[in-house]
Order: sequence, then structure tokens, then C-alpha cells
Amino acid sequence: MTFGRFVARRIAVLVPTLLIVSLLIFALQQLLPGDAAVALAGEEQDAAVVAAIRAKYHLDKPWPAQYAMWIGNVLRGDFGQSLRNRIPVAELLAAKLPVTIELAVASMLIALAIGVPAGILSAARKGSPLDLTANFVALSGLSVPHFWLGIMLILLFAVRLGWLPASGFVPLSESVRLNLASILLPAIVLGTGVAGVMMRHTRSAMLETLGADYVRTARAKSVSERMVVLKHALRNALIPVITLGAIEFGRLLSGAVLTEQIFAIPGFGKLLVDGVFNRDYAVVQGVVLVSATLFVLLNLLADVLYFLANPRLRGH
Amino acid sequence: MKRLLRRPLAIVALAVVLGFIALALAAPYVAPFEPNATDFRAIRKPPSPVHRLGTDEVGRDVLSRLIWGARASLLAGVIPVAIALSLSIPLGLLSGYAGGWIDGLIMRVTDAMLAIPFLIVAIALAAFLGPSLTNAMIAIGIAALPIFLRLARGTVLAVKTEEYVEAARAVGGSHARIAVRHILPNMLPPIFIQVSITVAAAIIAEASLSFLGLGQQPPAPSWGSMLNAAQRYLSQAPWMALYPGLMIFVIVMALNVLGDGLRDVLDPRDS
Repeated sequence: MTFGRFVARRIAVLVPTLLIVSLLIFALQQLLPGDAAVALAGEEQDAAVVAAIRAKYHLDKPWPAQYAMWIGNVLRGDFGQSLRNRIPVAELLAAKLPVTIELAVASMLIALAIGVPAGILSAARKGSPLDLTANFVALSGLSVPHFWLGIMLILLFAVRLGWLPASGFVPLSESVRLNLASILLPAIVLGTGVAGVMMRHTRSAMLETLGADYVRTARAKSVSERMVVLKHALRNALIPVITLGAIEFGRLLSGAVLTEQIFAIPGFGKLLVDGVFNRDYAVVQGVVLVSATLFVLLNLLADVLYFLANPRLRGH
Repeated sequence: MKRLLRRPLAIVALAVVLGFIALALAAPYVAPFEPNATDFRAIRKPPSPVHRLGTDEVGRDVLSRLIWGARASLLAGVIPVAIALSLSIPLGLLSGYAGGWIDGLIMRVTDAMLAIPFLIVAIALAAFLGPSLTNAMIAIGIAALPIFLRLARGTVLAVKTEEYVEAARAVGGSHARIAVRHILPNMLPPIFIQVSITVAAAIIAEASLSFLGLGQQPPAPSWGSMLNAAQRYLSQAPWMALYPGLMIFVIVMALNVLGDGLRDVLDPRDS
């Protein structure tokens, strides 16, 4: 299959998926108890406001018509207006996304720096105390509730030791040093969880390639063990790890909900939670839709990387 | 089961899970205090012989609330998974067995649900349904649905063309009979593994929703809502934050170890 056809085929699946995602998100609105217009108006129960919302969102029309109008606006970049801030949801999304991306990148760097080397070492010394310890630590990273880990880190580094700020966010444009200090703890919290996943996948991919025939051949040619592990086995083992990295990055973009909340990082997650509490449903729908779209696109990227990195797929 | 019993780590994990279940069931007998009994002479007191794990912001005993909170957490682990299973097994059977446009439709919706991260689905659903433990469990159950559905369908597709299924069809077995007698039993091993992992994920999800105020409502105890309250008194009463999180950590870890053990035993390809 040529690269062009491969991508075209993936995109052909992606479009209906996103369409159904948008339908599901739109359908959430139907779950609101009682009159949607009253619920959407939130605390403001003024009849004029309710009537205005009913007219604006065409809530008096049947739902397929409502959906068509909503998705039409969304495709033009109009996610509606935040009831709380009285500004377009699209503006809020554009303002918060860079913060979340920065946090996700920082977390990913931490995850890669810990997870991949730990996975390689674990596989190379399978069954050793080092392997068992690494496995245990990885499983802990997967099992610990991140928001609690965040609270504990705040307790230790901010409250007890006073080394780092407890919460709050300094934009990169203001001060690089303070910015890094403000995202360090949240990035550790998110990064350790992903590191656990990375370690386990790197380990099992390495074990698979280390047992492959071509690696046995390399060993038979008395290539040094170090070269066998780092050059022959690692190169192929990294293919699934790269794919996983892209998927985990997508998860980080949206999975930071509670971590952002705890550290008061003004990103996507905090926007979602604030939207939920203010009953600002247009914001909630906007965040979920953009998160899902990013997630789907990163999955596409993962597939593309997998295709490009795997010569066996390219040949056919 | 026998092979599982030969894995010491899995045994410990199983014992921990059973221990938590026993604790939740015996809550009225083992909790030293009423979980909601306030005591304004004992506000945010550190651990002492009377209140072994300290007291919270209105003088409630943290240990007693932890023990009672196990009920909410375990329920929130099991019920969403039961919801997800009861919907996904029939739908997965239907999808994999029927094929064609039914399969296409079900799988496109599954793909779409998988495109939205688990916790986001749960938060969004809980937000629109309204905050309560029941709604949180429904939200988590729906969020977990696509994982099981895809798993169930995958097994059907793998087994459908096996010779013994063909044979059953050749001797005139009805579709329903083949689905239940021959295909369903094959679905169970991968589903067992996934159940263990998803119960763990559901417990974290409930804690997360309760932490945000979208799950268990005060004053009823839940580990997540205890952490929510604890966050405000971090410097004065750190014990309020320490123990609920440890409980979640331990049970989730045990369930994940159990899941790994089950995978090693039931899925020969991975071991």
C-alpha cells in the first residue's frame, strides 16, 4: 500500500468518527433535566434570557435541525458563547490550549526520560532485582491516583520544604524560570503515570525483539551485548513505543483535568471543570469536542508514524 | 484458578481485594465511630489513641469515614463495570455475529466513544446528569462501555470461523444457541482481565468525580470527597489528605496486580 493511500484510508475512517463524536457531545444536551433553555441559562432565570437562549440555540426546533445548526457553527469555528464570561468559547479554547500543550510536552519529556531507559534496562536484565523494582515502580505509577500524588507533592515540596510554589501558573512569556517552576510538579505528577505505561511497553517490546532470530544471529556473530541491546533490538522495539507515545500525548492533552485543577493551571482541564461548575455547557461541549478531535488526530499521527517506521508495511 | 494461586504476588493482591470487600461489608461493626458524627471539641485533631487517624474539619473520625468510604468506592468500582458488561456483551455478540451494517454502526459509535478520553466522558456525563453517586456510576459505566464492546466483538470475530462453531452450525444449532453456548465462553478470559483493570480505573474515576464534587455528596463519606475537603487544610491537617489517597492507591494497585496475574494465566500469548 502506498503512503498516500494509507493516509487517505485512515482519514476516510476519521471523518465519520468525528461526526459521531460531535453527535454524542450534542446529545449530552438532551440529558439536561427539564427545559434545556432554563438549564443553559444557569443561575440567571430571567425569562428574557431564557427566551434569548431558546431562540439563539433554536431549542424550539426538532433536534436534527438543532444539531445541523450547531455543527454548522462549530465547523465555522463558532462554539457559541460562554454564559459565564460572555466571550466566545472559541477564544477561551484558543487561550487555554497552549498552556495544556506546554504541560503535556513537559510531562511527556519526563515520561520518556524515565520510562524508556527503565524499560530497556528491565528487559536487558529480565528477572533481576532491578527488573522487579522497575516493574513495581511502574505499576505504582499506573495505580496511584494522580490528583492525590499532586496533593502529596504540594504537601512535601511547597508546604513543608517551601521549594516550589504550591499552585498557580506563570506564563512562559513572563518568566521562563517561574514558568518552569510552576509546571514542574504537575508535569512530574502526569509524567510518572505515563512513564509507567512507557516502561511496561518498552520492556515487553524489547523482550520480543531480544528473542527474535535476527538478534540471535547478531549474538552468534559475537556482537557485544551492549550493541545487541542498544542497536539491534532497540531500533525495532521503539516502533510500538513511538506509537504509544503519540497516543499517550493525546491522553495527556485531555487527561490533565484534575492535575490542572489541583495546581490551578489555567489549561483545558481547568476550563472543563470550571465549565461544569458554572453550568457553562457551551464551554463543556467545546472542550470535549476539541479534546476528542486532538486525540483522534494524534491517533492518526501514531498510525502514520507506525507505517513510516515499519518497512514491512511499506513494502505491500 | 490453580495457576493463579501459584503466583504469590497475585495471591497477595487477591487477599487485599477480599480484605477491602470484608472491610466494606463489616463497616458498621469495625468502624470505631459513626462516620458522620461531628464533634466540635475535636476539630482537625492529629492521630491519637482515640482517633487513630485523626479527625476532619468538623471533628469526624477519619478512620471511620475511611472504612465507610470503602463502600462507596467498591460499589463505584463494581456497578459501572456491571453496567458496561451487561450492555457490551449482548451488543458485542450482535455486532460480531451479525456483521454488515449493524456491525458497522455499532463499531463507528464505539470508535467515537473511544475518541473521547475515559475521564472526560465520565465528567461530561456526570455534569449533564447532575451530581450524585448514582449518576457518577452510570457515567463511569457508559464511559467504560466501548472498551468491553470492542473486546467482546473481537473475540466473536476470532471464534466465529473456528471449526467447532462451524460444526455447531452445520448440525443445525440456532444462532442464539451458538452465541451463548459456543462463543460466550470464549469471551470470558479476556473479559476477566479487563474487568480487573476497569474496576481499578472506575475506583479512580469515582474518586476523581467525588473529588470534583460530581460524585458522592456530603456528608456521606467517599475517599474522593474526603480528599476534596482535605485539600483546603493541607498545612494544618495533612493526615486528612494522606489516608484516603493511600486507600485508593492500595486497592487500585492490588486490582492491577491481579489483572496482570490473570493475564499471565489466561492469555498464554503474553506470558
